[in-house]
Formats: sequence, structure tokens, C-alpha cells
Amino acid sequence: MKKHLSPIAFLLCFSLLCASLVYGCGNSDKEEDDNTLVVLNYGKYLDKDVLLAFQEETGIRVKYEEYESPEEMYTKYKSGAIDYDLMCTSEYIVERLIQEGEVLEINYDNIPLYSNIDERYVDYSRAYDPDARYTLPYFFGTVGILYNTTMVDEEDLGSWDILWNPKYKSQIIMENSVRDSFVPALRRLGYSINTTDETELNEALDLLCNQKDLVYSYLVDASADEMIAGNAAMALIYSGEAAYAQEYNEDLEYMVPQEGSNMWIDSWFIPRTCRHKENAEKFLNFLCREDMAMKNFEYVWYATPNQAVFEALDEEIQQDTTVFATEETLDNCEIFTNLDGDTTKTYDYLWKKLKSY
Amino acid sequence: MFKNRKIWLSGPYMFWIIAFTVLPIFMILYYALTNENGGFTLENLAAIADPIHVKALLLSLKLSIICTAVCLLLSYPLAMILKGLKLKRQSSVVFIFVLPMWMNFMLRILAWQMLLSNNGIINAVLGFFGIPAQHMLNTEAAVVFGMVYDFLPFMILPIYNSIVKIHDEVIDAAKDLGAGSITIFFRIILPLTMPGIVSGFIMVFIPALTTFVISDLLGGGKVLLIGNVIEQSFMQGSYWNLGSGLSIVLMAFVLLGMALTNHDNHTGGAAVW
Repeated sequence: MKKHLSPIAFLLCFSLLCASLVYGCGNSDKEEDDNTLVVLNYGKYLDKDVLLAFQEETGIRVKYEEYESPEEMYTKYKSGAIDYDLMCTSEYIVERLIQEGEVLEINYDNIPLYSNIDERYVDYSRAYDPDARYTLPYFFGTVGILYNTTMVDEEDLGSWDILWNPKYKSQIIMENSVRDSFVPALRRLGYSINTTDETELNEALDLLCNQKDLVYSYLVDASADEMIAGNAAMALIYSGEAAYAQEYNEDLEYMVPQEGSNMWIDSWFIPRTCRHKENAEKFLNFLCREDMAMKNFEYVWYATPNQAVFEALDEEIQQDTTVFATEETLDNCEIFTNLDGDTTKTYDYLWKKLKSY
Repeated sequence: MFKNRKIWLSGPYMFWIIAFTVLPIFMILYYALTNENGGFTLENLAAIADPIHVKALLLSLKLSIICTAVCLLLSYPLAMILKGLKLKRQSSVVFIFVLPMWMNFMLRILAWQMLLSNNGIINAVLGFFGIPAQHMLNTEAAVVFGMVYDFLPFMILPIYNSIVKIHDEVIDAAKDLGAGSITIFFRIILPLTMPGIVSGFIMVFIPALTTFVISDLLGGGKVLLIGNVIEQSFMQGSYWNLGSGLSIVLMAFVLLGMALTNHDNHTGGAAVW
């Protein structure tokens, strides 16, 4: 009798233990004092000194959490395990959350330093937040080509065509993510990067299939390191990654092709789960303050929409087009919009088709 | 009383097996046979007929068969040579072959990434001798190479173990009866080492068939094996039902492979290992 029960008893004990642990954690969250702020942000996307300064000046205790990919953040938020007060993520996820009614309006009256944010970038953010009621732009950038000047001929530059140039066979690194990889093909064909038209997508797929033979590899995080090591002549890459790579290899240059590309904006927003809205707005105001925004810019080194910070920078940095794309380039770029479920499935299927081509 | 205590000793193992092998398999089965809304469907199993999946499965079969064949061709002569050496310390030679297995296999694959890359160590050496740089990384050949490198010890050991078990007297007796060396090999040595070959085959073929890490790292995202398709169904698009369905089909192929190889081998390959 006893011996038959033992494994089940074991399982029961174990699950009880787990349950009590989970319950315990959940409980301790609720019992804490109210002067806190729960923040969720991309990894390595905020200088820790800023958090310390904020806690010191306001006495608000910040619980700061990080995530790797927007999809991971979306799942984490949706599971509802933690009530976040303030979050930062990419535009298409913000758009999805706004559409789902998960985002609260920001009271910009409580953020006097919002005036530091350049109007132009607020206008760009209207692509996903049409009335500019829900978000506060944090950093932005483009998708383009990082190339090695010792391996690429000057005359081939300027257009996405270079990614299809047989001269660079096995020298091209593409992004190993669905939407980013479709950007060059769609723009080269003159289509929108937000197209949901299947014929257009199939045309783009054909282009990408033709290109596959020339591609060295499809990578995500490793692209910058491969370029630093000189393993490829060019890579499709985010401007932020490009700036990082340039620090380590001076032969690397970055360009956004003339056909246009993708512009991305990461923004702060207050989710519906927020329980300390006042604190969240205080924190947003703090982030807009010139000294703090400068600290974050120097830490992250992506383009900041903060006008005060931009003006305080050296001219050399202001004119570094890897970090700060020109207005002309940005106007030529599109911002990703959230795709409906069916189009996402089409994209995923086409992607698999490309990978098995 | 004594018997009872033994049962208790197996408790942790039972728990482990149930929680991390049996339950997950049932979960995979559940996901495989349902759609997103939880209704019953065979669609996820039938999805293997999709041209993309067929192609990935055939490529997996092709590469794993090549890998197994190469492993066999490398290990068998090596095992024969090792036996012929009559070294006092044969085990130390075997030890050298097992040594790489002590290192994490991911690390070893990453090392090959560095060696094979366009601007890597091998191309640097070639360049030194004036040979133009070769494109080696991110090809099917590189993936097979990585597989062979990783799984070779799993082939060498069982074959070596079964070869050293053959007594010299058996071979001498065959010679006395007038058998030539070719006859001795095909009629004596090969049949006696069959269990070793079978167990080596299983231990190389199955991990090679199901791998996705090696093809990811040495294939640069260009070589899509069935393992990659399954991994991407879970990680990229969250198509858990499809991924589970394909996993079940792949499991069927693995079991089929084991059934075929175990057919003539009642002594069981595992005994050799």
C-alpha cells in the first residue's frame, strides 16, 4: 500500500511546495508600502545611476525589471503575474496594446519637461499613437546596412541592390527575423513594409529566395560581432547595433539606402495594471530632464528624441548619421504597424519557405 | 523490509521520469492532437506532408545518414588499428578519443564556427600559403562536419568495445581452417561486431536526425532541418500545436529507426555500450 503511494505523495509534496512558494511571492508584493514604482524595460536600456538618483530625490522605491524580446515582454505582461506601473517597448507592440485597451492615457500636465522632447519625434510616433495621448518616445533609430569599407566598392553603395550583388556572394549577413528581412525586398520593389497584400509579399519572397545563395548567414544578435571580426562585407542591422560595431572596428560604415527603410521608436507607456500613476508620471518627467536623459543617451548610445540633450552634444556626434539619421532619411522610412493575425501567419509561413529554399 | 527500502531509493528517479519524461510526452501528444481552440484535429500530424516540412525532413535524413556513414567509416578502421596495436595501455588511446566529450558540445561547435568562418583561423592559414579564402561556414557540409565531430566518440566506443572482445583464438582458428583475411573480416569480425555497429548507429543517427543547434550554429540559419522547423514553431511564431505534431512524427521516425536496427540484434546494443 505504502509503496504504491510514495511517488504520488512525492509529487503532491512537491507541487504543494511550489504552490506555497508562488503564493508567498505574490503575497509579499501586495503587502509592501505604497510609495513604489514597478518598471519594465528592455535589457541594458537605462543607466542604473538614473534609478538611484530618482530614488534619492523622490523617495520612491523603483522595482526595475528587464526583458530581452518584445514578444517575451508581451507574454510576461499578459500573464498578469506582476502589476507593472510603467513599461517601455517597440512601437508595434505598443500599438497592439493600445488596440487591446491595455494602455492608460498619460497626463502630460504632470510632465512639464515633456517640452524637452522634439515635436518632430512626437509626430513620428503618431504612426502608432495617432493622438499622441499614450506614449513618450525614449529612443529611436533606423534599419540599414553596416558595411566594411575595405571590402565594398564605393560605387555599389546607396541602394538595397547591393544586397543582391553577386560580387558579394557569401559576404552578406541578413537579419534572422521575419519582418526585418522583408524590409529590403519590399522597399526595393517599391512596396510598403506594412503591406498585407499577398502578391506583394510573394514577390518579395521570390527576391529573398534569389538572394539566399549570396547570403553568408541569417543572424540576430551576432551580426555586429561578425562584422567586427571581418567575417562579412555587409550586414542588415539596426542603427544602434551599427554604432556599437563601429566602436570596435573603424572600417565599418553605416548607411540607410535611398529606397527607404524601417524607422523604429521605443516608447514609454503606462499600462492598465498601473497602481502608482502619479509616480510613473514623476519618473517620466525625471527621464526627460536633461542631465538624466544625457546619462541614458551616453549609456545606450541610440538616437534620443530629447532636444535639450541633442543641443548639448558635440557637433561631431550631432552629425554622426549612424546615431542621428538625417530628417531626409527618416522621412523616407516607415514605422512598422501591428499586423493582423492572418498576415502574421502568412509572414511566418513565407519565412519558413525562404529558410527551406 | 529490505525490499521496501529499495523501492524508496527509486523514488527520486520515478519522480524524475514521470515529471520530466512521461508527463511532457503526454502534453506533446495533447497539443499535437488539438488545434488552437482545443478541439480534436489530425491537421498537425498531416502537416508533415507540407512541401517545406517534407524537404526539411528529407534534408535531415540525408545529412544524418551521411554523418552516420562517415562516422562508421572513420571509427571501424580506427577500432581495428587500435586492436592491432597491441599496446599495453590501449585504454589511454581510447581515453584520448573520449576526452573531447568532457567539454560542452556547444563550446566545441562554437570553436568550429571561429575556425571555419570567412575571416577565421583556417582561412588565415590558407592565406599564409597564398591560397584564396574558402567559404566553408554556413553550408550543409559544415553542418555534417559538426555532427561528425560531435558524435564520433559515440560510434568509436561501442565498435571498439565489441572488437576487443573478439579473442585472437577465434581468428587463429579461422586461419587454421584456411580462411583468407577478407573471409575472416566478413564472416568472423563483422558479424561479431554487429551489436557494436548497431548501438553506434543508434547513438549517432538519432541525435543527428533531431539536432537543431548544430545546424543553427554551423548552418548560419541557411540549413533548415526538421529540428529547426520544430524549434521555430515554438520559439518564433508560438505554433505549439504544429510543433508538437511534427515532434510526434519525428518520434515515429526515431522509433522506426530503432526498430529496424534492433531487428537482428536480440542481444541488444545497449549491452555493448
